[in-house]
Amino acid sequence: MLCAELPLEEDQMTINRMKTGVKSRSVEELRETVWKLSRQIMEITTEAGSGHPSSSLSAIDVITALYFGGIMRHDPDRPQWPARDRFILSKGHAAPALYVALAEAGYFNPDLLSTLRELGSPLEGHPNMRRLAGVEASTGSLGQGLSFALGHALAARIDGERYRVYCLIGDGEADQGQIWEAAMTAAKYDVDNLTAILDYNEYQQTGPVEKVMPGLFPIVEKWRAFGWHVVEIDGHNMEAVLEALEAVQQVNGQPQMIVAHTKKGKGLDPFEEDDVNRMHGEPLSPEQLEVALADLNEMYGKVK
Amino acid sequence: MEFGKEIGLKLGPPTRNAFGEALKELGGENQQIVVVDGDVGNSTRTQYFGEAYPDRFFNVGIAESNMIGVAAGLAGAGKQALAASFAIFLLGNAYDQIRMSVAFPRLDVKLVGSHSGISIGEDGPSQMGIEDIALATSFPHFTVLVPADAPSTRAATRAMFSHDGPVYLRTGRPKVPIIYDGDVPFEIGRANQLRDGGDLTIIACGLMVAAALEAAHTLSAEGVEARVLDMHTVKPLDEEAVVRAARETGAIVTAEEHLLQGGLGAAVARTVSERHPVPVHTVGLENTYAESGDPLALLKKYGLMPEDIVQAARRAVEARRGRDGG
Repeated sequence: MLCAELPLEEDQMTINRMKTGVKSRSVEELRETVWKLSRQIMEITTEAGSGHPSSSLSAIDVITALYFGGIMRHDPDRPQWPARDRFILSKGHAAPALYVALAEAGYFNPDLLSTLRELGSPLEGHPNMRRLAGVEASTGSLGQGLSFALGHALAARIDGERYRVYCLIGDGEADQGQIWEAAMTAAKYDVDNLTAILDYNEYQQTGPVEKVMPGLFPIVEKWRAFGWHVVEIDGHNMEAVLEALEAVQQVNGQPQMIVAHTKKGKGLDPFEEDDVNRMHGEPLSPEQLEVALADLNEMYGKVK
Repeated sequence: MEFGKEIGLKLGPPTRNAFGEALKELGGENQQIVVVDGDVGNSTRTQYFGEAYPDRFFNVGIAESNMIGVAAGLAGAGKQALAASFAIFLLGNAYDQIRMSVAFPRLDVKLVGSHSGISIGEDGPSQMGIEDIALATSFPHFTVLVPADAPSTRAATRAMFSHDGPVYLRTGRPKVPIIYDGDVPFEIGRANQLRDGGDLTIIACGLMVAAALEAAHTLSAEGVEARVLDMHTVKPLDEEAVVRAARETGAIVTAEEHLLQGGLGAAVARTVSERHPVPVHTVGLENTYAESGDPLALLKKYGLMPEDIVQAARRAVEARRGRDGG
């Protein structure tokens, strides 16, 4: 049971009521959505002057597929609908990616995006489930989301509900022991309505993941050894992302891990040029933003 | 723990047993209750529930962090989730998980810490929860319950599930005296007055309530009449009862099986100093870890006996008289 709901801002409630359900988009439309949401991620973090655009960009294709590719059953008009599929953003610093997706889906007025990280805004630096409809978990202290997702998945079993739970974790985040505690427990209970996606973008705060913690490897074999069904994909290839997310739904008796190979700011010069950590936790300067948006437009064929 | 024998208190079961039985009972009444165990269910007594309702009981192994996360997720999905372990492994090992996944989002998770205090005895300081009240009360929105005996622990367990929001319930390992006969008045945030007196008030929680009653008996023979409050809810503190005690009796002694930092004494002292300053003397663990040993011998060595409360009471009354000008 949730404790007494915090009141949402009145205008936000009105907006929630006005929006309609989310229909599934074609691959071409999804690519278009990724382009739009990527722009927004960079724009709002630059405007805020802080945040983690590169960690958000690496995950945006997967998040787009989940919310708009017909994978998750969800309804912005009923964010607490008991039978909804859940998305838990365990790597909470990628909050901008979640916020732009929720706004695009209609959970709140997109005008709110420009208030990211401002005092009074429900779009806090890291997700706060008490302040923003559609946010399933308060995250930001790394390593905790997979356990939380597992709790949701077990609740479905107790209630005889068929909903699925998706949890996005970072590659560096898997340094945390709690991730592996949750992994073992999910396998123990044969939880097959739980899909984790590892955003394998190769960099964490102070450098490459393989240098910071070589013991994380081999990633695929490790998750298999923990009893998970594992698939490995290019996390920026929309067809591959959709195919994997659809395929894992057929897995019985096992939790599933999708290892998504991604880049922090793929193809965008300001990020690609930083070989230390791909601008981890740094917004683009207005000048860098111009360069990155131009690169993005070129990648998505927006340059005439 | 044989406190209060002199004044006719009978030894009852451990509070952890009373909790375990009440939890099992509630599990039959309320299908929404789900329990997560960190492989100590036979110690915390959540095992009683686990055996009765295996489909709503998950043993996640020796992994308190994950235990809290799973409980929080269950609560997020609409369950009344309970997670239990040894007090210090729960609060100590999973402090950040409780903060981030339970306290901050105000999820309806019930936490139960057994093996509190030094009266667990021989297993020694690594197993003794002596910081747990400080840690649990540090969280905004948290309710912290420290019942004194088996009947009030049953009542506390019930009250905990009627309360919408995160609760920490502290239980203990040894047998403890029965304070309450029959119906137990148990309202979260409302102290129970067990004895009245005009010379000072002893405010105690947990095992130390029985010690306080025995101390009050000794003091009475010296002509000092003590009011005794069972402060079973350390947070939110019953400030009105504390202020009334300060105003009406003029001196206060607190007693708890916990470090003096961040416990009941600290909370009472803050309220008293802000709202009605009178002498407050605290009985508890003084900036130290204990050691292995016989529980009663430990309580003696570390100053948690009725006699320690009596001495603190004499000092408090003396201080009040000094302040009043003799």
